[in-house]
Amino acid sequence: MSALIQNILIKVGQKKDRLLDILLSVQEAESFVSDENIKIIAGSLQLSEIDVRQCMSFYHFFSTKPSRHRIFLNDSVMANLMGGQKVKEAFEKVLNCKQGEINADGIGFYTTACIGMSDQEPAAMIDGVIFPSLTPERVRFVVEGINQGKSLSDLYYLPLGDGRNGGAALNTMVNSNIRKTGLLLDDYYKSGSALTIAIEKSELEVIGIVKTSGLRGRGGAGFPTGMKWEFCRSSEGAEKYIICNADEGEPGTFKDRVILTEKIEMLLEGMTIAAYAIGAREGIIYLRHEYQYMRQHIENALAVARTKKMLGNNILGKDGFDFDIRIQFGAGAYVCGEESSLIESMEGKRGEPRFKPPFPVQKGYHNKPTSVNNVETFCKVCRIIERGGEWYRRYGTKQSVGTKLLSISGDCPRPGVYEIEWGMTLYQMLEMVGATNTQAIQVGGPSGSLIGKTGFDRKICYSDISTGGSMMIFDQSRDLIKDVVLNFLEFFIDESCGSCLSCRACTQQIRNKLEKMIHGKGVSTDIEDLKKWAKFTLVSRCGLGQSAANPISTSIANFPHLYQAMVQKEKDYDTCFDLASAVADSCKVVNRVPNF
Amino acid sequence: MERVKFQIDNKDCEALYGQMLVDAARDNGVYIPTLCNMQDVKPCGSCRVCTVKVNGRYATACTTPVACGMEIESDTEEIHEIRKALIELIFAEGNHYCPTCEMSGNCELQALGYRFGMMVSRFPYQFPQREINTDCQHLIIDYNRCIRCKRCIRTIKDKKGKSYFAFINRGDKLEVTMDKEMAKTMPLKVAELAMENCPVGAILLKETAYRVPIGERRFDKKCIGSEIEETDVKVFMGELNNE
Amino acid sequence: MSKPLVATASLAGCFGCHMSLLDIDERILKLVELVDIGKSPVTDIKTFTQQYAVGIIEGGCCNSENVHNLQEFRKNCDILISLGECAIMGGLPAMRNGIPIEECLNEAYLEGPTVHLNTEKIFPNDDELPMLLDRVYPAHEIVKIDYFLPGCPPRADLIWDALVALLTGKELELPYEVVKYD
Ligand SMILES: Cc1cc2nc3c(=O)[nH]c(=O)nc-3n(C[C@H](O)[C@H](O)[C@H](O)COP(=O)(O)O)c2cc1C
Ligand code: SF4
Ligand code: SF4
Ligand code: SF4
Ligand code: FES
Repeated sequence: MSALIQNILIKVGQKKDRLLDILLSVQEAESFVSDENIKIIAGSLQLSEIDVRQCMSFYHFFSTKPSRHRIFLNDSVMANLMGGQKVKEAFEKVLNCKQGEINADGIGFYTTACIGMSDQEPAAMIDGVIFPSLTPERVRFVVEGINQGKSLSDLYYLPLGDGRNGGAALNTMVNSNIRKTGLLLDDYYKSGSALTIAIEKSELEVIGIVKTSGLRGRGGAGFPTGMKWEFCRSSEGAEKYIICNADEGEPGTFKDRVILTEKIEMLLEGMTIAAYAIGAREGIIYLRHEYQYMRQHIENALAVARTKKMLGNNILGKDGFDFDIRIQFGAGAYVCGEESSLIESMEGKRGEPRFKPPFPVQKGYHNKPTSVNNVETFCKVCRIIERGGEWYRRYGTKQSVGTKLLSISGDCPRPGVYEIEWGMTLYQMLEMVGATNTQAIQVGGPSGSLIGKTGFDRKICYSDISTGGSMMIFDQSRDLIKDVVLNFLEFFIDESCGSCLSCRACTQQIRNKLEKMIHGKGVSTDIEDLKKWAKFTLVSRCGLGQSAANPISTSIANFPHLYQAMVQKEKDYDTCFDLASAVADSCKVVNRVPNF
Repeated sequence: MERVKFQIDNKDCEALYGQMLVDAARDNGVYIPTLCNMQDVKPCGSCRVCTVKVNGRYATACTTPVACGMEIESDTEEIHEIRKALIELIFAEGNHYCPTCEMSGNCELQALGYRFGMMVSRFPYQFPQREINTDCQHLIIDYNRCIRCKRCIRTIKDKKGKSYFAFINRGDKLEVTMDKEMAKTMPLKVAELAMENCPVGAILLKETAYRVPIGERRFDKKCIGSEIEETDVKVFMGELNNE
Repeated sequence: MSKPLVATASLAGCFGCHMSLLDIDERILKLVELVDIGKSPVTDIKTFTQQYAVGIIEGGCCNSENVHNLQEFRKNCDILISLGECAIMGGLPAMRNGIPIEECLNEAYLEGPTVHLNTEKIFPNDDELPMLLDRVYPAHEIVKIDYFLPGCPPRADLIWDALVALLTGKELELPYEVVKYD
């Protein structure tokens, strides 16, 4: 066994369930995972080689080929809207290679799904360092610098980011872009105040307060947090886990990034309160790979919390209250934001969602009761414990209590994070961000809805139009079908775990049909087919598949004229077939001029 | 063991608490079509063909444990339509040239096509390029026909419990593959089991083929599911088109 | 009143479906009572001279001639039927789909084990010859098809029952055994 692997196994543990960490560590050290190392890892964990490969190949960021540097350019809707195509061409030109290849100098160039920088696109990740607001000139500057052997931090073309981004631990050009603060983002909060209050109460009292507050999960599904904790607490088993879902994969959201940057202490405190409430000794932050630039920053915060006795044994002097937190990195898979895939992934497996029941609160991480909550949810808990459930209910609406962090991006002068009270209408939101000439808003990311003018009076809340936070604004100049809907479909096709036939195959058929229409071959039955086919995806196992056709169904419902415009009036049947292009290849091979 | 009462299509049924719906249905003489599922093997819920509505919500019968008072819809037009579409999706996704397939007549996918009166897939055939692998001394693996049901992955293991088969990649690139080293030494018995467990003609034993004559194959005369419930599958004019 | 006209064609098929059509045995006499068979390889009538009621298509499209032929059928027939696996999903000829055309041509004309006479190693490329398509297309990927009768070949009973039902407007009720994909 090589010394490298030996060291890694000592550090992270020679256990199957740490396979993901082992692979990540190898990759970090050597830029790839070699066949040789796959063999060694398989051998030392009593796995077959194919077991290791099946895990690795699930995640986007593993490589089996060595490279000196790796560039991942975001090709999300937002990136492309902000000029991503030109940036991509610039990369391909200066690197002299195509996307997906490693160039002659050993620089690999790849595209990737939304990296959580929609407010400062186009952005790329180079060896884990974020390069936001790229232009072709900046691309040239950076790549030339790399070629000259400069270090990445010498190639920053912008001042360091606002807030804590400029500090030594983060040292990044990323901006937090906080535009509107509320009870979470306000500066009133004093670290430790909530935890001190919590541990003076009983565990059930803490849960009671959270229940009184009416807090619902901020990860998208909106499950009542107090109830989740109660279930988890009462599930059988002495060992329990608290997991913070910081996978933030929904294209267009970045509010968790901002919380992790600016309010990390609050997050850790919220997790600790949750641990107290449900009786967990171990907490894990599942952090998306794209946010690895925050590692030092979070590790520092953990260290500070430990010295302040807010983590560790007998927290704040409370006898027997032991709890600590570690970071688990993802490796590039949107579906791992789904709580049960996240748990599978943490156990070193492919991130395929589990069946429910049993739910994670019954059988989660290592089959022990586990509460998975969103970053924002944990922070809200701090304020609620500090000020009380009743106080919290004063914000928002009756059914949708409190505030919500929105990640607003796209065609508006002030993209960034806005903390609003639930109940704001989309009109008000557009006004708030200064958007004009708006054609559509994608509410809740690709898995949400594409809303047009007639829906702008709808309210942002659970009972009307709910959102995990992603809000993308498109003005009249945008081609919603080609630039938005099609890109979203591609996103789901790439990110599906592939298990369910309905999610894997039906989305492809839907995409193909939409492409057919885009290419001018549409007939009116195609629209009907798309509507029907969209329904077949609803029988998929997890939320990804169930919402994979939302871009199609909501855009057909809200923008019927765009689809009508793609229908040929004079034909009632048409296919993609084109004789001239179908015979082109064979005529070339046999050396004849096509004649029709 | 606790017994619970529930209903399938308004028929009163009874089963052991926690039994999976497909099994519970079978015990009550109700056939819920399945494809990826195998009796007594951990379910994987990949084909979605066993979709039913449980108290108004979609669920797969092979992964949902039965509970007291459940109201299940299975034999409805809506569910039939979904199942048929799923089967058509599989035919369009792979390369299923039944006339050339050794498993034809014994294939569970094909049998479901017959049961659901599929004349043609409503989805354009994709004609993907897939590999035929012969690494294993006893087996031919024709990925053109693989439906990613995971049966081989779930059931074909060596003495130490290591899997011969595994998934590779994800999403539209998801494939099944075999461990190269382990393939070379796979015992004949295991190979035979692999072929038997594969619901389609993707895993085939070398040097044996077409052992059962046409007319006597599993689904030539008997419809899939007829061992569970009496069915009289007929095809009507309206089903001869693809609308 | 004149009998409805039926046309048939064999595109990229093996004539097996036509054989199966003839397999309806003595019922063929009844068929002739029901319909007139016009343009068809069976009658050797080569052109459409009037609108037909039914066109029966065997085989998918592998070359430009198949495509023209099929389009002609669509224009001249009220109802088109895809008969057999090749028309429905490409069938055996479609097993070349996914293989680059150059490889297919090399195998067929230059390097295949049965190629002996082509000593000059030329591809046939006369302008009169049909042009090969990049892949084999099911009939309904070229034109609209109204009915599909699967099988390789489709059972004679299937063809007979479906035709009679279609022409007489009677109910069709096919037993399980007659619809097969092989
Ligand atoms: C495909 C998919 C992706 C998801 N991604 C995230 C995510 O990135 N972050 C998150 O907090 N929740 C995500 N969720 C929701 C989680 O499954 C889960 O409901 C949530 O983390 C629970 O936390 P909450 O109760 O605080 O909202 C996702 C769900 C699905 C189906
Ligand atoms: S719905 Fe899609 S992502 Fe979810 S389990 Fe099924 S295939 Fe995987
Ligand atoms: S596996 Fe089944 S459906 Fe596929 S070709 Fe073989 S017999 Fe037909
Ligand atoms: S090879 Fe057979 S058993 Fe294995 S996944 Fe494919 S279809 Fe299923
Ligand atoms: S049999 Fe239930 S999902 Fe396949």
